[in-house]
Amino acid sequence: MQSAIAIPFSQTSLTRPNTVLESTGSVFSTPRSLRFCGLRREAFGFSTSNQFSFRSERIRTPIRRFEVSAAASSAAGNGAPPKSFDYDLIIIGAGVGGHGAALHAVEKGLKTAIIEGDVVGGTCVNRGCVPSKALLAVSGRMRELQNEHHMKSFGLQVAAAGYNRQGVADHANNLATKIRNNLTNSMKALGVDILTGFGSVLAPQKVKYGKDNIITAKDIIIATGSVPFVPKGIEVDGKTVITSDHALKLESVPDWIAIVGSGYIGLEFSDVYTALGSEVTFIEALDQLMPGFDPEISKLAQRVLINPRKIDYHTGVFASKITPAKDGKPVRIELIDAKTKEPKDTLEVDAALIATGRAPFTNGLGLENVNVVTQRGFIPVDERMRVIDGNGTLVPNLYCIGDANGKMMLAHAASAQGISVVEQVSGRDHVLNHLSIPAACFTHPEISMVGLTEPQAREKGEKEGFKVSVVKTSFKANTKALAENEGEGIAKMIYRPDNGEILGVHIFGLHAADLIHEASNAIALGTRIQDIKLAVHAHPTLSEVLDELFKAAKVESHVTTRTVSEKVAV
Amino acid sequence: MSRLLHTSFLPSSTSLHSKSRSSVPNFRANKPRIVPVRAKIREIFMPALSSTMTEGKIVSWVKSEGDKLNKGESVVVVESDKADMDVETFYDGYLAAIMVEEGGVAPVGSAIALLAETEEEIADARAKASGGGSDSQSPVSPPPPVSEAPAVVEKKVSVPPPSIVSASSVHPASEGGKRIVASPYAKKLAKELKVELAGLIGSGPMGRIVATDVEAAVAEGGAASAVKTEVPAAAAAAPGVELGSVVPFTTMQGAVSRNMVESLSVPTFRVGYTINTNALDALYKKIKSKGVTMTALLAKATALALAKHPVVNSSCRDGNSFVYNSSINIAVAVAIDGGLITPVLQNADKVDIYSLSRKWKELVDKARAKQLQPQEYNTGTFTLSNLGMFGVDRFDAILPPGTGAIMAVGASQPTVVATKDGRIGMKNQMQVNVTADHRVIYGADLAQFLQTLASIIEDPKDLTF
Repeated sequence: MQSAIAIPFSQTSLTRPNTVLESTGSVFSTPRSLRFCGLRREAFGFSTSNQFSFRSERIRTPIRRFEVSAAASSAAGNGAPPKSFDYDLIIIGAGVGGHGAALHAVEKGLKTAIIEGDVVGGTCVNRGCVPSKALLAVSGRMRELQNEHHMKSFGLQVAAAGYNRQGVADHANNLATKIRNNLTNSMKALGVDILTGFGSVLAPQKVKYGKDNIITAKDIIIATGSVPFVPKGIEVDGKTVITSDHALKLESVPDWIAIVGSGYIGLEFSDVYTALGSEVTFIEALDQLMPGFDPEISKLAQRVLINPRKIDYHTGVFASKITPAKDGKPVRIELIDAKTKEPKDTLEVDAALIATGRAPFTNGLGLENVNVVTQRGFIPVDERMRVIDGNGTLVPNLYCIGDANGKMMLAHAASAQGISVVEQVSGRDHVLNHLSIPAACFTHPEISMVGLTEPQAREKGEKEGFKVSVVKTSFKANTKALAENEGEGIAKMIYRPDNGEILGVHIFGLHAADLIHEASNAIALGTRIQDIKLAVHAHPTLSEVLDELFKAAKVESHVTTRTVSEKVAV
Repeated sequence: MSRLLHTSFLPSSTSLHSKSRSSVPNFRANKPRIVPVRAKIREIFMPALSSTMTEGKIVSWVKSEGDKLNKGESVVVVESDKADMDVETFYDGYLAAIMVEEGGVAPVGSAIALLAETEEEIADARAKASGGGSDSQSPVSPPPPVSEAPAVVEKKVSVPPPSIVSASSVHPASEGGKRIVASPYAKKLAKELKVELAGLIGSGPMGRIVATDVEAAVAEGGAASAVKTEVPAAAAAAPGVELGSVVPFTTMQGAVSRNMVESLSVPTFRVGYTINTNALDALYKKIKSKGVTMTALLAKATALALAKHPVVNSSCRDGNSFVYNSSINIAVAVAIDGGLITPVLQNADKVDIYSLSRKWKELVDKARAKQLQPQEYNTGTFTLSNLGMFGVDRFDAILPPGTGAIMAVGASQPTVVATKDGRIGMKNQMQVNVTADHRVIYGADLAQFLQTLASIIEDPKDLTF
């Protein structure tokens, strides 16, 4: 693993002076070695209110106790104000990324403020992961209740299942409100200053928010996130042509909805809509559905999530023009060939959901004041999330995390990046290993993955001269899955047979999103297959699916993983 | 632990591979079926990929028809009850014909494709494949060992698309019927049930074909097809009904049920009328010998009346607009074996009564022989339902979704009537009762229509033109 994803670092970064921090009086007894991060769900001493449980956003690795106690001494007072700055750290954007960074900053004894121009929680909590999970929870149950065959095989009888649209919508909205309040309270309880208004960078270490409030901070993190991306030619009216922002409010359940884009967002919504009775047409620009997933997984997923459902699809086409329904006319979608650009087809549907990805929300941030040029809207950063300006040099004390930098557009990745930045500004160099960040798609059943796909791993193996092996297992061989009558699904692990390094794990099946963490933690900690295969899994549980993979893998060498204390970087 | 407790799944790709390799020859060894048709046209069988496998689903054809195959190459991916496996060929040759398409299911041991040794033989093989293996040359397909072959309704209805799309079914965006607008599920169902979408009239918004239309087409076709086969059984079945038993709906009953429930969303009302039929009866007696039927006469009379009242021949599908149908197609409900089908007399206003009668006879024959084409039973714009032959003097009908009105016709009976001049006389009278969609057809419209109809029937000279 080390050789595979070690990120080179220079000695200078290890001895980076950090005079300001030292002047605050915080005691850092640990050496400033480059370590893999410990991401913490909540700050020390905050364990009672950790019910703000956005799903599995974080990777947890052991944190050494002495660190925590060092932080705890200063956590209570949100740090002492530095002499020359209003704050140690200002975070622009109170989404999940900013929130994660703020909590960790307080833990590290930094005086922290967070600026939010809209609502606390950002996309994930208000218009993304959180409300969509509420809708998916409903769709999962509907699916089960409607599946007569499934029920019969349990010996259960259920009368026709129905739903109340407003009730479903309320559930999603209530959940978002609840999580938002939890997030807000968690920051308030720790003494993070929540400043309201749009934030922008005026000059290095200087930020404006609201109308004309100017504050200074030693370090600034930009965490402004993203908005739904709407390709040109598509007119969004919020009623019949919608983005995920509107869809999550579930103001209607159309008979026939076209979903433009078959990535995570499109796939999850197809699950919701078909469970609630809609028919779905996917429009995908690439030649196959579900691009970005491991090919084998997307093939099986298509057989389970697309083919038997009321879904059809057009691949290799762009929606060049979409006109909302008006005057009794349906939504009209013009399709052109993705390659030749020639008109291919026209669709008339009741609604269209634009799920073509997300665009960074970086306009009006005052980036020109620090000579930063965005690339397609994304703020360029190095592997430590330090912002790079137009000349290719680092902007001091300015960081960008989350969707705004485009490295990995996932809520928990943003949070991990934020924590990584806080680690750095509080004196410990740190580089986040993005290959250890899991991702999940909450369809029924779920899809999850971490690390490389099989083609990526094979390419890398070819380039770097190592062999790549693959093991697979089926949920059909798992007792718990069979007990649940959910034998559909596979798990596959891609690994190096020479040293037992896990390169990637992909799961499609019941509770895949929860199962992936054993693999992502193993990658994060550099645990080798030959070691983890000896670990014990409770029987009968779904976790044995992974156990099967570990045990079926054939590793040539039996060198065990170096202990964590010896580990330097991954 | 789980490894000890569970056996079957082979977790690595290499072992899957070897399994498919080994199981195929095993199968072949058991049932050597190299068919010596002329030269070398071989069948590719659905292999038994596991001991419990009885049928397999074709996931994808790796090769397509006409491709050259080399021994050992994988040809097709088959999904068994356990996993997907590549199936290899054991001979060099050409993939001549694919007999089970992707997504299709075939019992273990049945032929799924034909392999020709030379390119010249491809055509032979294809002919053989299309002949379904039943040609006299050789016993090509031995009966599959597993009897639960996929229960596909073998009722492919192929219809020349442009001729049959009636005006009412033209989707506004379908470019005059050239494009078929069908919902994703409707398309899927149509493929599964082998229904040609081009022949259907959509009942969805803007005339879109939705799943219920496809199901209805199958149900009606199914009802027609049931006639021939079930006649002897049905006679015995009537007294043999098991009392107290719960009988699940057949597809057709399900479709009827859905249609009937759907009709509840349409605000209907009814207007009745009593019509003297002495003149009509006299006409009928006169031209009966020329093959004219009462059904045709009634249909013709109705059509002529509708021509004068186009609104009664209109239909409202989406609640926002309605269509003045360009042709007058009279659907006539016919009961068959407890089922119901509505053969359609197209352009009944324009076709002369003799042709119409012949057409009616043909439709009924076709219905019995399960040969009704979709446009022959689902293009009706106005429906007639006649229970007069049972002595019913009046009843009302439920409006079929997608049409504007239906007329229930009672028996024509001798009735004592008081005439305007104060006398009492005897006249043959029949009661009709029209159910209509009040969103588009109002009371006065129906009243005028019925008045016209009565005048046509009471003075039926126009009917024989």
